[in-house]
Amino acid sequence: MNTFANNAIVRLEDVHLSFGQTEVLKGIDLTVNKGDAVSIIGPSGSGKSTILRCINALVAPQSGRITVGGTRVDQLTKESERIALRKRVGIVFQQYNLFPHLTVLDNIVLAPTRILGVDRREAEKLARHLLEKVRLVEKANAYPGQLSGGQQQRVAIARALAMKPELVLFDEVTSALDPETVGEVLWVIRDLVRDGMTSILVTHEMRFAEEISDTVVFTENGRVVDRGSPEQIFRNPDNPRVRQFVSGLSGHNAMRDGEGI
Amino acid sequence: MTTATLLEPRKRSDLLRTVGFVALPLVILVWSFIDLTLGRELVEWIPYLASGFAMNIVISLSAMALGTMVGAIFGILELAPYRLVRYPVVAYVQIFRNAPHLVLIFATTYIFPFEIVIFGNYLPFPDWVKAVIGLAIPASAYVAEITRGAILSIATAQWEAAKGLGFSRGQAMRWIILPQCLRRSLPPWMNVAASITMGTALASLVGVHELLHAATDASTAVRRLDFTIIAYLVVMAAFFMLCYPIARLTRRLERRFNAA
Ligand SMILES: Nc1ncnc2c1ncn2[C@@H]1O[C@H](COP(=O)(O)OP(=O)(O)OP(=O)(O)O)[C@@H](O)[C@H]1O
Ligand SMILES: [Mg+2]
Repeated sequence: MNTFANNAIVRLEDVHLSFGQTEVLKGIDLTVNKGDAVSIIGPSGSGKSTILRCINALVAPQSGRITVGGTRVDQLTKESERIALRKRVGIVFQQYNLFPHLTVLDNIVLAPTRILGVDRREAEKLARHLLEKVRLVEKANAYPGQLSGGQQQRVAIARALAMKPELVLFDEVTSALDPETVGEVLWVIRDLVRDGMTSILVTHEMRFAEEISDTVVFTENGRVVDRGSPEQIFRNPDNPRVRQFVSGLSGHNAMRDGEGI
Repeated sequence: MTTATLLEPRKRSDLLRTVGFVALPLVILVWSFIDLTLGRELVEWIPYLASGFAMNIVISLSAMALGTMVGAIFGILELAPYRLVRYPVVAYVQIFRNAPHLVLIFATTYIFPFEIVIFGNYLPFPDWVKAVIGLAIPASAYVAEITRGAILSIATAQWEAAKGLGFSRGQAMRWIILPQCLRRSLPPWMNVAASITMGTALASLVGVHELLHAATDASTAVRRLDFTIIAYLVVMAAFFMLCYPIARLTRRLERRFNAA
């Protein structure tokens, strides 16, 4: 775990978090190296989304250290500091959450122009470049309501990338999609990972996770139960819980069937 | 029976439109032609009535402009994370949303002085301006509630998406939440506009020269029962023509937004 320590861009150490009485994270350790793709898998309610939300300071843990690119996230006290962090960490949600009153282009341009102060023309140039990357150039002037789920999700990815983040968090980004459109979103993420974008993915797409991840982390009940290379986790897991989980899923033609979100 | 109940509101609104735009003006016109002395009297008074009506329009537009600006800000403040800000605003809104317009017009008329001093200059503070304020107060309370409701109706996921991108609360409000509120609050805003417009007639009771006041002046001067009746028919027709299109447009927008 500590072999690439110098290269770590995200590090969680013994992170504990409770919502009221419910303990959701019970001592999470996680290291993500620059340029790596790390997948977090595990049953529903195991705290996967909460881990991501800790990393970009949408929720604050009660104890533990969180370091993101040199910033001690757990020590941030001011909202302005948290905002500064979130500008550096992109997040894409399951429900895409595009802004329905804006065109695709404006969805992408809004954050860079309004909060980074990027010149409109420059922001548009970047936006078109990103639309090319997610293969949606022709939809620049469409409204989110006119797009399929898969298209909306690709716009959401472009929107996150427009902030030029140091890493991107993906929270079950294909779970709400029709089966036909899952593939196109996975394509986009695969390209990103190949280009060296540091990515942390919560996913139920086991085959995809196996293909693109440098490391796979299995969480259950607020703890990291096992971690390792994709081969190790998916092909010959030592841990009986992991074995059970993985075999239970691959029985269903791998992809989306899994957990019933 | 289903079709009958479905058609009912439509038929009723058609009837209303016919009465307002055809029957009422027709009665006024035919009556003036049958009795030409009455017609001549009416024509003579029309400019006076029109000047009164212009005042209704001015009061209505001013009250809505002022009420909308203040109301939009108050609606946002009603959701402020600080109690010290929130509580007074909520109190203002709750009190004035439920106060009769007439009471507020009387209050502003008799509480405010007839002139104000600015840098040693005496500026008149005419009654119609006080009426504007009297109506802008309830308008602002309604608009605040509309704004607050619209903000709350935006899915929390929109806030979360904004936050995730690095927007502050204020920036998210300005660029993401409020623009979406605009569409949603247009229909209820028009309802307020129609109600405030009708409320402008109340200003006659504190001596503002508006349409109803003008009609009363005219009928007192002419002293003919038939003229009094026709004068008030003109008042009704005028208000109808001002308010009905607002109401229609509102309903159309509501239907469009519901469909979307
Ligand atoms: N804001 C919150 N308040 C209270 N409890 C919460 C909150 N957010 C999450 N939880 C609880 O924390 C636990 C872990 O939630 P989390 O969303 O992190 O799980 P997950 O692994 O992402 O699950 P899923 O696969 O269903 O998305 C759940 O039991 C959930 O009910
Ligand atoms: Mg989740």
